[in-house]
Amino acid sequence: VFTSTAFASILPEILILTVGILLLVVEPFWKEEQRRNVGWLTAGGLLISMIISLLFGQPGEPTTTLGGMVRFDWLGFFFKLLFMFAGAATALLLMDNEKVGARGEAYVLLLASLIGMNLMAVSADLVMLYLAIETASIPLYVLSGFMLADEKSTEAGFKYLLFGALTSTVMLYGFSLIFGFAGTTDIYELAGMLQTGDLSLLAAYGILALILVGIGFKASFVPFHFWAPDVYEGAPTPVAGFLSTASKAAGFAVLVRLFFVAFPDQNIAPYWTTALAILAAVTMTVGNLLALPQTNIKRLIAFSSVSHAGYTMIGVVALTQLGAASVVFYLAAYILTNLLAFGIVMAFSRVTGLEDLKDYAGMSRRSPWLALMMLSAFLSLAGMPPFGGFIAKVVVFAAGVQAGYVWLVIIAIINSVIGLFYYLNAMKYVYLYRMSEQDEENHPVPMTRPYAIALAVLTIGVILIGTVFAPWFNWSDAGAMNLF
Amino acid sequence: MMNFPVLSVITFTPIVAGILILLLPAQRKNEARAVALAAAIFALILSIWVYFNYDQAAGGYQFVERYNWLPALGISLYFGVDGMSTPLVLLTGVVMFTGVLISWGDDHPHVMAGIQDRPREFFAFLFILAWGVFGVFVSLDLFMLFFFYEIAVFPMYLLIAIWGWAVTREYAAMKLTLYLFIGSVVSLVGVLAMYFVQYQNTGILTFDMLEMEKAGFSQTFQNIWFLPVFLGFAVLGGIWPFHNWSPDGHVAAPTAVSMFHAGVLMKLGAFAALRVGIMLLPDGAKYWSWLVMLFAAVAVVYGAYIAFVQTDFKYMVGFSSVSHMGLVMLGFATLNRDGLLGAGLQMFSHGVMTALFFAVVGMIYDRAHTREIPELGGMNKIMPFAAIGFIIGGLVSMGMPGFSGFVAEFPIFLGVWGRQWLVAVIASISIIITAGYIMRNVRQVFFGELPEKYEGHLTDITIFDKIAITTLCLFMIILGFYPNFMVPMIQTGVDYVLRLLGGA
Repeated sequence: VFTSTAFASILPEILILTVGILLLVVEPFWKEEQRRNVGWLTAGGLLISMIISLLFGQPGEPTTTLGGMVRFDWLGFFFKLLFMFAGAATALLLMDNEKVGARGEAYVLLLASLIGMNLMAVSADLVMLYLAIETASIPLYVLSGFMLADEKSTEAGFKYLLFGALTSTVMLYGFSLIFGFAGTTDIYELAGMLQTGDLSLLAAYGILALILVGIGFKASFVPFHFWAPDVYEGAPTPVAGFLSTASKAAGFAVLVRLFFVAFPDQNIAPYWTTALAILAAVTMTVGNLLALPQTNIKRLIAFSSVSHAGYTMIGVVALTQLGAASVVFYLAAYILTNLLAFGIVMAFSRVTGLEDLKDYAGMSRRSPWLALMMLSAFLSLAGMPPFGGFIAKVVVFAAGVQAGYVWLVIIAIINSVIGLFYYLNAMKYVYLYRMSEQDEENHPVPMTRPYAIALAVLTIGVILIGTVFAPWFNWSDAGAMNLF
Repeated sequence: MMNFPVLSVITFTPIVAGILILLLPAQRKNEARAVALAAAIFALILSIWVYFNYDQAAGGYQFVERYNWLPALGISLYFGVDGMSTPLVLLTGVVMFTGVLISWGDDHPHVMAGIQDRPREFFAFLFILAWGVFGVFVSLDLFMLFFFYEIAVFPMYLLIAIWGWAVTREYAAMKLTLYLFIGSVVSLVGVLAMYFVQYQNTGILTFDMLEMEKAGFSQTFQNIWFLPVFLGFAVLGGIWPFHNWSPDGHVAAPTAVSMFHAGVLMKLGAFAALRVGIMLLPDGAKYWSWLVMLFAAVAVVYGAYIAFVQTDFKYMVGFSSVSHMGLVMLGFATLNRDGLLGAGLQMFSHGVMTALFFAVVGMIYDRAHTREIPELGGMNKIMPFAAIGFIIGGLVSMGMPGFSGFVAEFPIFLGVWGRQWLVAVIASISIIITAGYIMRNVRQVFFGELPEKYEGHLTDITIFDKIAITTLCLFMIILGFYPNFMVPMIQTGVDYVLRLLGGA
């Protein structure tokens, strides 16, 4: 079983685990005031892990390793790199968070969750998949409720746990039904079973619905989104950023692999694509409409991130190679952008302690660079060039039009307009309004080094994806090719 | 010299300058202005160079550059200009140069003209806008055209909302941005449909517009998609009934942004509507030309009439822009040689003229702090130079022979007459109305009684303003007296369009 390919296929996870163990060993020996440096170690460790994985862990022809548990292909590999990047950025953003940053456990939990997400992206077996999802989720329940003294955080952790436990049970029920009907838990054999007609269609639809509940929770589709705003608001902000990006993307990684590989069958596909198309339309519309009246910036981003799940789903609905590529590309752009948005919120509220939109008045005078980064993030979310969000939206829309879902694209366009409205509205506070005393120069928003590094890297990333988009798209496309 | 990538240098000069300006410390206002001016002069010189080195005998697309950008989807950075777009590149260079001059902050306590608040950000955003505008005019790749088109949209929001007229800027900026965004995404759906259908027809996955011209779209397809694509872009061209954002945006915008907005941004919409709508979907254009003509004719007369009844100086100029851009659309709708030629000339002529109008209106407002025409008067005593400039612009606007407006409008009416004489007759009413409001306002604002409260309080315009006015007037007079300066150039562009239309 343990061939070199098998080793390479889980190399990133081994490296992350190593970093985690290193943290546990080192951290107790550090003094209280040095503990925040664990963040440097985490981010640096993840960066080195990414480089080593890129050097030695690149997949070749798609294969299944470790007794059929893990699929070793570009799709999973690209997702892994994305998650690790998001993890590194989150670690940097955690460092100067007052209540969380100096505690080593937080970083270890983050790494544990990352291992789970990485495995979610490559699971080739339903049992493995379930284990991966739980590995990814449980550390996040803890992290969401990490600030014990804070009622909102405790509530967030508990809420997330309850929702997560419920939906994952429903999904597990779906998995067990699959095993009962098909006699296999191997995702790649499942497609064959369905084609030969061993599984009745009615049962297949029921199972699909059950599984969608679990994935819908992770990726926060409407109507499984209720947890998102409360948890994002209550959880430590870096954790919220991680939840809304990497965790959501992991949900999509599962969605894409499971549905494209196991259920592309002519008899089933039209039903679940139609169902997903409706879900997509509802998700983006509800997310956007709920984002409109928000006055708290974290809740605004939370609801907007619900709507972004809707846009991303258009690519899944298309069920084409371009569609799959567009999903991966969209997630890449979205992860960078939303992390940037959350990072700015953190950098701002760390200094000011405020989170309402109106508190951002005069920010462009208080800190022009932070304001520019916020502009980049919000315009990218709105889908404006030269930022990543624009290319991502165009590619997703293209996939929709190609597959004949013009109505869905039109709904997405209407939603983009609504989105543009509230994103620009937020920028109005930053650039147009002033503080009540009009003395912004006396209220700068200083940034610590980890923030400066993380935010600068993310901003450059958002602009790079939006301008030099070829490599990113080619990687997404290479991943998408593995599905067909 | 032919290998020098002049078009990409022109296109990327603004963004490079914009980034440089942003990197300056915030309190270094004059350095920011100086970098902006240097970049604008550089871009202007290059665009003049392109204009005079365009080989009119050869025609077609010249200074072509091509870099593969995303081969998997057939996207390339593909630049080139033809007889239609070369004058527009020149126009952008001129407006950028004069716009920077006009925005040079005058910190005189009575005046406070130009941009004093955060000039660094102002010029950076203005140059991002200019980057997008240049990009649209030179792109031969539909995806990149769209990319640059969107880039030209969002800086407008910030420019208007931050530096605009405090009373309406939030409303106007949001309205403008949403209108333009809706228009552009509606076109996007059409563009994507064209992209995939051409892939079905030819088996080539490309956004190359010269390839897409040969895609052989069916008549049904063109009939369905022409209107969304054309009107989506034409929203930015201020076509009636989607023009409403435009005057509001003009009024709320700071002077240089109004100049950009009316001078080049509206041309951007018209140009994209021509390049993508008419040239890629010619049969659809023939099918729907009556509707475009109807909308345009309404815009011409209605815009002029609304301009006539305005008492706000800037609203008047804003609606006159709607009227004059209606003439451009009217020229497009004829789909014949005269009409298209006139439309091409009108785009340049109106761009220069309206930039001048807004510049002068801005100079007056900065000093008198009102734009109500009845409250103004006697401005020629204070700023004679601006008065002369405005009068020249007015003569262009009225279509007086000897000025560029005549050279542009005459062929349009000729072309319209060839298609439908009744429309020509109706549209020509606008000339009379235009003459009415221009002359009335010149009399009131410049030659009326100077109100007592302004006595001794107002200052003359600065040397920067004078250079800007001179530059703009120069082009209007050259084109008026010597139409050959531009007519043969645009004719090569028109020939190309006519070939696509099947020699119609």
